[in-house]
Amino acid sequence: MKITFDWLKDHLKTNLKEKNLLEQLTNIGLEVESVESLSSDNQLFKVAKIIKTEKHPNADRLKVCDVNVGEKELKKVVCGATNASEGLITIYAPPGAIIPKTNTKLEIAKIRGVTSYGMLCSESELNLSDESDGITELSKKYEKNIGKSYFSKSKSNLIDLSITPNRPDCLGVKGIARDLAASGFGRLIASKEKKIKLKTKQTLKVKINKEKGQGCSVFGSCLIKNVKNTESPQWLKDKLISVGQKPISAIVDITNYVMLDINRPLHAYDADKIEKGIIVRNSKSGEEFTALDNRIYKLEKGMCVITDNKGVLGLGGIIGGTRSGTEFDTKNILLESAYFDPRSIRNTAKKLNLDTDAKFRFERGIDPLSIETGLKKAASLIQEICGGEVSKIDIQKIESYKTKTINFDVNSFENIVGFKISENEIQRILIDLGFVIKKEKKFLKLIVPSWRPDISQQIDIIEELVRISGYNKIKTIDPIKDRSKSTLTQTQRLFHFLQRAIASKGYLETITWSFTDQSYNDHFRETNKEIKIVNPISSELGVLRNSIFSNLIMYMSKNLDRGFKDLSIFEIGPVFTGSNPGEQKTVVCGLSAGKKSRLSWIDKERNIDLFDAKRDVVQTLSEAGYDSDHFFIDSKTPNYYHPGKSGRIFLNHSKDKVVAYFGEIHPNILKKIDIKTENLIGFEIFLENLKLSRKTLKDQKLKFSVSDFQKSERDFAFVVNKDVEAQELISVISNVNPNLISNIKVFDVYEGENIPDNQKSIAISITIQSSEKTLNDKDLEKINNSIIEAVENKTGAKIRS
Amino acid sequence: MSDLKKIRDEFISKLKGKLDLAELNQIKSDLFGKNGLVSSQFKKIGTIDVSERKKFASDLNIIKDELHDHINLKINEIEKANINEKLEKEKVDVTLPERSFVRGKIHPVSQTIDEISSIFSEIGFSVEEGPDVENEYNNFTALNTPDNHPARDMHDTFYLDEKKERLLRTHTSPVQIRTMLKDKPPFKIIAPGRTYRSDSDQTHSPMFHQVEGLHIDKNINMGHLKGCLNYFIKEFFEVKKIKMRFRPSHFPFTEPSAEVDIGYEIKDGKIIIGEGDQWLEILGCGMVHPNVLKNVKVDPTKFQGYAFGIGIDRLAMLKYGINDLRAFFDCDYRWLNHFGFDPLDVPTNYRGLSR
Repeated sequence: MKITFDWLKDHLKTNLKEKNLLEQLTNIGLEVESVESLSSDNQLFKVAKIIKTEKHPNADRLKVCDVNVGEKELKKVVCGATNASEGLITIYAPPGAIIPKTNTKLEIAKIRGVTSYGMLCSESELNLSDESDGITELSKKYEKNIGKSYFSKSKSNLIDLSITPNRPDCLGVKGIARDLAASGFGRLIASKEKKIKLKTKQTLKVKINKEKGQGCSVFGSCLIKNVKNTESPQWLKDKLISVGQKPISAIVDITNYVMLDINRPLHAYDADKIEKGIIVRNSKSGEEFTALDNRIYKLEKGMCVITDNKGVLGLGGIIGGTRSGTEFDTKNILLESAYFDPRSIRNTAKKLNLDTDAKFRFERGIDPLSIETGLKKAASLIQEICGGEVSKIDIQKIESYKTKTINFDVNSFENIVGFKISENEIQRILIDLGFVIKKEKKFLKLIVPSWRPDISQQIDIIEELVRISGYNKIKTIDPIKDRSKSTLTQTQRLFHFLQRAIASKGYLETITWSFTDQSYNDHFRETNKEIKIVNPISSELGVLRNSIFSNLIMYMSKNLDRGFKDLSIFEIGPVFTGSNPGEQKTVVCGLSAGKKSRLSWIDKERNIDLFDAKRDVVQTLSEAGYDSDHFFIDSKTPNYYHPGKSGRIFLNHSKDKVVAYFGEIHPNILKKIDIKTENLIGFEIFLENLKLSRKTLKDQKLKFSVSDFQKSERDFAFVVNKDVEAQELISVISNVNPNLISNIKVFDVYEGENIPDNQKSIAISITIQSSEKTLNDKDLEKINNSIIEAVENKTGAKIRS
Repeated sequence: MSDLKKIRDEFISKLKGKLDLAELNQIKSDLFGKNGLVSSQFKKIGTIDVSERKKFASDLNIIKDELHDHINLKINEIEKANINEKLEKEKVDVTLPERSFVRGKIHPVSQTIDEISSIFSEIGFSVEEGPDVENEYNNFTALNTPDNHPARDMHDTFYLDEKKERLLRTHTSPVQIRTMLKDKPPFKIIAPGRTYRSDSDQTHSPMFHQVEGLHIDKNINMGHLKGCLNYFIKEFFEVKKIKMRFRPSHFPFTEPSAEVDIGYEIKDGKIIIGEGDQWLEILGCGMVHPNVLKNVKVDPTKFQGYAFGIGIDRLAMLKYGINDLRAFFDCDYRWLNHFGFDPLDVPTNYRGLSR
């Protein structure tokens, strides 16, 4: 909402300065977004006429214009606008002028070799509108103003307010003045209605169809005959220009003025173009009309339309049609002032993807009792400026406005806000805001002003009172440092633990978007459902991720392109399994590229491999409290891993839930993504699959038992078939005698010479120790034999002699 | 000359010569081995006449100790010489690089979430979470933002179905709804997490982070809200005093609502939080709307309280001088390495939030 202090003063008597005004507006919830000085240098912007245009000798899209700026000599201006043509009246900015939109100072400049003395401005460059397509086009009436300043001499700054959607009343200058006055900033000036004689009858018949979902409940109108639509008088033009509106013609300007002043949208029809009468009804499916934005709209069933015998004239409360629009030669006009239901307005506008000033206002709720006031205010201005006879006001309604009342308990204020204001002050503020108060025994009975659709219950009144009294009066009550519940749940703690445990192993934490590129996602989707976003920001971000890998690989590739070769990144976050709330899992996903050691004077160069990832995963899990001795590992992994070089981890042999995958990313994916690196290794840990221990650390610490008896280490080498896994051997050995076998370590795997083709040799070092005694040679011999026997029997291995 | 003396003299003179470790060990075994010269003398003790036995044993022990010491001295000398010789040869260039190491880092958003949790933990808030995919009811309707409410326009929502029933949550406020539906009052929670709006430019990212706060109990008023936020902002920016301004605003799910600005100034191109006469909007808050409480079956005549929502990314940017929001999610190695935190730097109350 754009206002000026000058305009505010039409409704507000105050001696305070603009600086105070800006502060006060923000303090009462009408946030000042920006203050633009439209006027400081704006006298420099002149009405000008293009006399001649020529194609720029060195640029196809530019023109060299000779422009009459009211001086003896024509100015040469280079211009790129397609609408710059001979005879066009527009706005000229001389060198030295500051363009309001960009805040840049114009200089005489050579543009592709031709000197340009100033610039012809578009509406958007002057902050007049968002129209940036072409330069401003002024009507022929401006011909007499050539050389004169386009803007008035007003010294008032343009104040842009961010009005929250609950305050439609403040979309009119008067509403803002009312709030300011209630807060003690000046006094509200009572509006004086100009008396106009309304003699004739409104002869155009208006009817609102009573049908289901009818969006219009009241339609007020008056007929003004024999007007002479003209250019607006200077005061009116100045007023509109001062808030960034472009004057068009008196009738349009007047309706705009009334709308901006008291937030009462009006619509003026050329009455002669209306066939017989007006019917407000629901649209039929497929009905079409051309709106004032020159677009043809095809309507769905049930939209609120203003029609005549021939068809649709306009979309009620949203936009009028070209067929019945007013022009300079319009003689008779029908002025409409209606109430449209916010819901219906919003539905229609949303379906047609239409946004207009009227729509913005009606969807927030227009004062239903402003229909007559608005009509009278506009009609008297039209009569004053354009002449004509105004008819009596005709009001059709299918529903009456019911006043809202609230019983307000004055004590509730302190209860919510924490400080107290006197009942007198409460009454004064509410009266200033337009409430009517009836004092009852235990409460105040309040009649809510008709322009406040946002107020319906006690809390709304409390808000009004604290807003106007000032938020600075709210005390600061220091919080008490007391905790009765633990801050994090066990799962949350695990989340944070895993996050830092992985990072501590050399991984950089990333946060990537929860959506991803469908083509990347497909590589990692497996049989999961693809979850599409209906309105993605771009097609490359069209699906929710089924895996974190898609994003990590994308960004890994970018980093490799930046010249980094050996890199580990990870993310802990959601992946999605369905489009319902809760169909998501928390995954820790890591990705490493390149070499573990490169260009080292001391270490042998080698690629990063899956055992690096496995170490990181197993170490992390064991740091998090899971006993890695119990882990069970096999090689069934999703298809985005290398089938022979990847594995999955279970917490134990019962293979309850997969807690992690690790391995090389499938070479086919690397090929498709075209990522260049020596090796790409990934892992995933599934947070929800990690069983939470019921034992606390405190419980675990109590059991400490070690053996001080001598331990012996024995080495064994077994020759087994290639498909026998090391894990199997270890499992067999540890079961031989768990009380005596304290550690098992595979220290060599060998295939090749001296070993049959389909076999391999696995060398294992076993630590044997008793907690009861020092084992003698006989004891050791016995357990050695049991180990060999068990391994040979259960795995088909042969001890290597 | 007795046998003993003979042995002694012979070996003492032998030990005076230049001997290596092997020769010394040979001598040792010649003397003290199973059948060594000295060992055999000990075996003889029993056969010696009682009158002489004592003296013999005593002499034997003296000789044994003497020879023993002599040998050990020699061994020590040689070993020492060997070490010295080795030390002469063994010298490395210690300025050569150590074995390579890599440092992992924690993302600034994660670090900031931990800082926030640590601060609120002190005053009794616990952490709640909710799903990223929400239904339309929890994200809007239950939060007093019915369909066709213009406030919905301010949230450019990502939808997952044409009927607009499933969406990516536009704020963390639905966690309020989930928490209150699940439990009974009082409630004192924060809910950090991912949020989404279909907005993308220099200052907007389609995904960002928010932390929601909710405190519902009997008699919680706007003074408590002010106190809580004042405490939080001071702790977060690690300053003693903070200039803070509450401004009336409107959110459908709180009433009265406020936006909170903090004072700042720019000194030498750096932003100083807490002083100065410029205002910076950092969060929205208010008293939970009675309609919201009714929607979650909490009696608004008995319970009341406040809620707030803070942009985490923005807080991180302000605290750590990060300029570009979009860089948070760009995964540039250099950026992560520069703005990331060491995993051992866990923000805690006793060690401090940050170094």
